[in-house]
Amino acid sequence: MIDILYFAWVRERIGVPKEQIETKAATVMELVEELRSREERYAVAFSDLEALRVAIDQELSDFDAQLSGAREIAFFPPMTGG
Amino acid sequence: MDIRVQDSDFDAGGELNSFTARQTNAGAVVSFTGIVRDVEPGLSVMEIEHYPGMTEAAITKIAEEAMSRWALSDCLVIHRFGNLKPGEDIMMVATASAHRADAFAAADFLMDYLKSRAPFWKKEHTADGTDWVAAKDEDEAALKRW
Repeated sequence: MIDILYFAWVRERIGVPKEQIETKAATVMELVEELRSREERYAVAFSDLEALRVAIDQELSDFDAQLSGAREIAFFPPMTGG
Repeated sequence: MDIRVQDSDFDAGGELNSFTARQTNAGAVVSFTGIVRDVEPGLSVMEIEHYPGMTEAAITKIAEEAMSRWALSDCLVIHRFGNLKPGEDIMMVATASAHRADAFAAADFLMDYLKSRAPFWKKEHTADGTDWVAAKDEDEAALKRW
């Protein structure tokens, strides 16, 4: 089981802030493909990966990264702090 | 190093005074305060979402990087989340060093990195509806300065 978190408009488009899923995905990209194929709302949220960022276990990462042993994956738009 | 992520308001002047009072060896203190700016047609609320856990870790990492790159004796970062009104303080940074160049550069670096690498997202609420603030290309480009 892996925790998937969504923030900002990604959370709004998918409709939940967090969910747990069972996955065999080896990379972030494989996880994205799996989510996209689930339902339209995921396909919409993940339609433009250029507009998305990903964190693995609370560290900024990238879509090619391996998921090996990861407990928490978060998807969100580019950050706007400050 | 003092890192705080909070929904409550803070007193920027008071924080700066106590930060300065804590420095025993510094010859320079630089501070920056970020304020909620009104937008057309009038901002009712600036909603700031963040990623609890990652936010604190990311800011700590950025502050540690600043401490190692410049001869800082201390630094302070306070960043709020939640629903803020125009004119309210969103965040502040303060840096202390022996000479001003380090404190200025480190504060500038902290701001550039907090803008694009600390997991906060801003949503503007106006009479026209709500809008997520888009990240600016120039903010991402600013990181290349360092």
